[in-house]
Amino acid sequence: MRLPFLSDGSLRSGRVINASILRATFDRRAVLIGGVQGGIGALLALRMGYLAIAENEKYRLESESNRVNLTLIPPRRGWILDRNGAPLASNRADFRVDLIPERMHNAAATIDRLGELLALEPTRIADIKDKVSTSRGFTPVEVASGLNYEQFAALSVRLPDLPGVVPQRGFSRFYPTASSVGHLIGYVGPASAEEYEKDPNPILITPGYKIGKDGLEKQFEKGLRGVPGARRVEVTASGRIVRDLETREDIQGAPVRLTIDGPLQDYAARRIGLESGSVVVMDCRTGDLLCMASMPSFDPNSFSDGIGSVEYAMLRDDERVPLRNKVLKGLYPPGSTVKPMVSMALLEQGIDPHEQVHCGGGLRVGNRVFGCWNRRGHGAVDMARGIYQSCDVYFYTMAQRVGMDPIAAMARRCGMGEEFHLPVTSQFYGTVPDPAWKMKKWGREWQTFDTVNATIGQGYMLSSPLQLAVMASRLATGRHVMPRLTLDAKPKGFDSIDFPSEHVEFVRQAMSDVVNGPGTAGRARLPIKDVQIAGKTGTAQVVSLSISNGRTGPWKYRDHGLFIFFAPFDNPRYAGAVVIEHGGGSGAAYPIARDVTTFLFDPAKGMEALTALEKQWGGTAQQRLEGRYATYAAERGAAVRRPPRRDEEIFDRVEAEARVAATQTEAIAEDVITPRSEANPSATPPATPSAPTPAPASPEQLPAQATAQPEVSG
Amino acid sequence: MNSASARRIVPDAIARQPWEMVIPLVLLTAFGGLVLYSAGGGAMQPFAASHFLRFAVFSLMAAIIAAVPRNVVRAVTYPGYLTVLLLLLAVEVVGAVGGGSQRWLELGPVRIQPSELMKPAVVLAMARFYETLPLGMVGTWRSLVPAGMLIVLPMGLVLMQPDLGTSVAIAFGGVVVMFLAGLPLWWFMLAGGAALGAAPLVYFFALHDYQRARVTTFLDPESDPLGAGYHIAQSKIAIGSGGIFGKGFNNGTQSHLNYLPEPHTDFVFATMAEEWGLAGGLFVLLMYGLILRWGMKVAAQSQDRFSALLAAGATATIFFYIAINLLMVMGMAPAKGIPLPWMSHGGSSMMTNMICIGLLMMVNRWNQRAPRRGLASR
Repeated sequence: MRLPFLSDGSLRSGRVINASILRATFDRRAVLIGGVQGGIGALLALRMGYLAIAENEKYRLESESNRVNLTLIPPRRGWILDRNGAPLASNRADFRVDLIPERMHNAAATIDRLGELLALEPTRIADIKDKVSTSRGFTPVEVASGLNYEQFAALSVRLPDLPGVVPQRGFSRFYPTASSVGHLIGYVGPASAEEYEKDPNPILITPGYKIGKDGLEKQFEKGLRGVPGARRVEVTASGRIVRDLETREDIQGAPVRLTIDGPLQDYAARRIGLESGSVVVMDCRTGDLLCMASMPSFDPNSFSDGIGSVEYAMLRDDERVPLRNKVLKGLYPPGSTVKPMVSMALLEQGIDPHEQVHCGGGLRVGNRVFGCWNRRGHGAVDMARGIYQSCDVYFYTMAQRVGMDPIAAMARRCGMGEEFHLPVTSQFYGTVPDPAWKMKKWGREWQTFDTVNATIGQGYMLSSPLQLAVMASRLATGRHVMPRLTLDAKPKGFDSIDFPSEHVEFVRQAMSDVVNGPGTAGRARLPIKDVQIAGKTGTAQVVSLSISNGRTGPWKYRDHGLFIFFAPFDNPRYAGAVVIEHGGGSGAAYPIARDVTTFLFDPAKGMEALTALEKQWGGTAQQRLEGRYATYAAERGAAVRRPPRRDEEIFDRVEAEARVAATQTEAIAEDVITPRSEANPSATPPATPSAPTPAPASPEQLPAQATAQPEVSG
Repeated sequence: MNSASARRIVPDAIARQPWEMVIPLVLLTAFGGLVLYSAGGGAMQPFAASHFLRFAVFSLMAAIIAAVPRNVVRAVTYPGYLTVLLLLLAVEVVGAVGGGSQRWLELGPVRIQPSELMKPAVVLAMARFYETLPLGMVGTWRSLVPAGMLIVLPMGLVLMQPDLGTSVAIAFGGVVVMFLAGLPLWWFMLAGGAALGAAPLVYFFALHDYQRARVTTFLDPESDPLGAGYHIAQSKIAIGSGGIFGKGFNNGTQSHLNYLPEPHTDFVFATMAEEWGLAGGLFVLLMYGLILRWGMKVAAQSQDRFSALLAAGATATIFFYIAINLLMVMGMAPAKGIPLPWMSHGGSSMMTNMICIGLLMMVNRWNQRAPRRGLASR
């Protein structure tokens, strides 16, 4: 059978096919095939030459980048040192484990396995899972740090089964005095996705790298950061390290030298004890801030791997707001601590300090009576007595005479309402009310009672503990002392003299009498010979009398206790302020000032007092914090809400709450404050460390003591 | 052939050997062993030693094949072809029974891959077919259909394994024989055109996913740099980074650090090029060129149609391995599991290629016994 379309081909051009024709065809076609083979051979040779010569550079680079793996070594963070060079924040070599979520195949299973290997607590595992699920793939999530070598080794051998897990040797931030420096120093943590977007530096997403999140850690981030090192290693395709090629050491960040006295900071923080409050101490000859303690606080060591949900819930539920830095963001009515300042204003206005005012327990202005804290009256009161007995009537009278404006101006000169040039993330600067301010803020006329309230540091007047400490320094020295926090800042303000020396001498003596004379804070006397402390008590009312008597009842309605001080009184070296929130009166504040000052001059004696107290309180502040955490976790560990994803949200919330808290006293500012008794007028010097004053003195006790007072003064 | 003076000094039995092929072949295999030594992490085990051993064994086999007389070959060609075809069928059956695809048969201790044996078997059968086909029928359908069956049957069986590369290699050997047998040129053009037209259909309907991925990757290597494109990309990096003289023996990082996939089989050329550079590559190409030139020369000197077609077909089969493998490692053909003759580690391809060499030596011996008649050449 012949297919028609083939017939043409089979009898090509009618030639008869024979062996020689086929042989010739074979020869021709064999040459063709040989040619094709040669052609392909030439093509291959050319192609290879192109790859090996023309593109050699490119492929050599690619081969190198295959072979060589560059890992950044997080730089060791610069230390934060106290004034004597002792570390407040240092680095500790440790073994740590991080996760890189985008490299994980089965996140939940891997985390469970890690939890098993490292014996993590269930709440911690839940936190890690939560973080992994909300994080953006590339940002590392810390699993644990401070592992021992056995755990680290156990993990390292299982790495092939745990993709995305990065164990490494590194350094972690360490705060030796833990919660004592929490608010001051802040803490470090891994950079958030937002921070990485702002600064897309690969070091930020290197596992184990931490940046400053709050406080000085954040403020000095640039200098503390240092320069990352790099390690070049040869790796196989599966990522196994074959050998080290080259290592460039990291350059540690520059240290920051603070004016803070580490032991004093720790002492003051611990001495606050069960109370909620702050202690600021300054060197009034340089303006150095020696201590800025704010308690209760958090442990910055435990924040560095992110704020755990249980820990956050515990800190948040605490009405003593451990997340708020009360030194800078606590605003309180200064109470009677303004009286030395008001006296300065009066002196400046030419009031004779020896002029006497009769205090009968109140001052009638028009048809209103403004009471003195001492209902029985102080009798004849001059300026000095007005200070050391804290006689309200004296100041009411004199303030009526000079008016509010000179007093407000003096308050500002003493640092109230002032924002200081300090390397802190934020500070509140409070209120110094005057007629113009009131009209602007509230649209109301300044009233007589406004002046009355302001002269006793109530009403709209608000200031932070830092401002009170600065006020104490300026009153003590007569110079415009500016606080400084780092040793490289220049001491400032000493060339400008605020007050004439005779005024300063006068106020010093009056303030010394508060403690060492017939004043309101006899128990604040130092148990040290030759050193006498001068001070001024203050009790700030926070709610109206109808809600609370200020000493008992719900904690948040109790009076604030305040004390400003300097020592030695005749040649001031240190000045400071103690503010105890809702301490029930100044009696909660000045024993702390006494012990802190004692510690300054005689650390052993100060420590002795603290040790005795801590025995009653149940351990140091850090021990109690840990104890509370354990209890809290056991009780409510399972049912906590998770913390905000970003630390910034926490800060914003804390700050907003601090602002709200500062407006607490506005509610009673539109009326006359009935001054509270200035707590402990007993002039007996404390032979032994006084009893702690976590609970306010009983209400019966205080009037009785007040009664005894005129006898002493007389 | 050597000069007359050389023949006098060297014993005839030695001078008769096809040294122009043997020397390049031995050099190439030795060089391949050297590369495998490096690919084995700088040791004879596990690749280089067995490479040399296999070469020795299969050289002996080639020598035996070379000694087979013409009549015996003619007699066993068709039965041999049929046997291999049945073995291929057996692979399918065993695969179907065993539940899963496989390409080999276990015969006692030996593992046979019938698809490899099929390459020389097809060439033999085709040469035999065109030898016996009456000359007048060349150019009729009778010259095409039975020969086509000889190719299509094993191709189909191998495709079912599935092994696209080997089935194409089988077809290539067969088609080259058809081409040289003098079939009309326009048939091949038509087939080529049809193949081009059918390519998209094959791509979309006949290929497996992994095969399709290879084609896609070949057309656009950047499409999947860590997946299917990874192999070719790493191979190009290895070749390109070698430069002119390479990184030095045992210094290849791409192969030693496992970036190169299969540095001892499919990508052995890349392993070599990284360490020996362009110089090594040109040496290898030259050796292949010498071997293939000798093969084509044997075909050209053949005195009859069977020998000529057989020699050319065997040479084409060897060529196909070399070309596809080298095009692949240089990123000019899709990645396939086709090893590089005498350099890649692996018994099957060594066997196939040594069978082809044996067949060529056999034809060469026939040529020397009875030189081509002057009459036929005209």
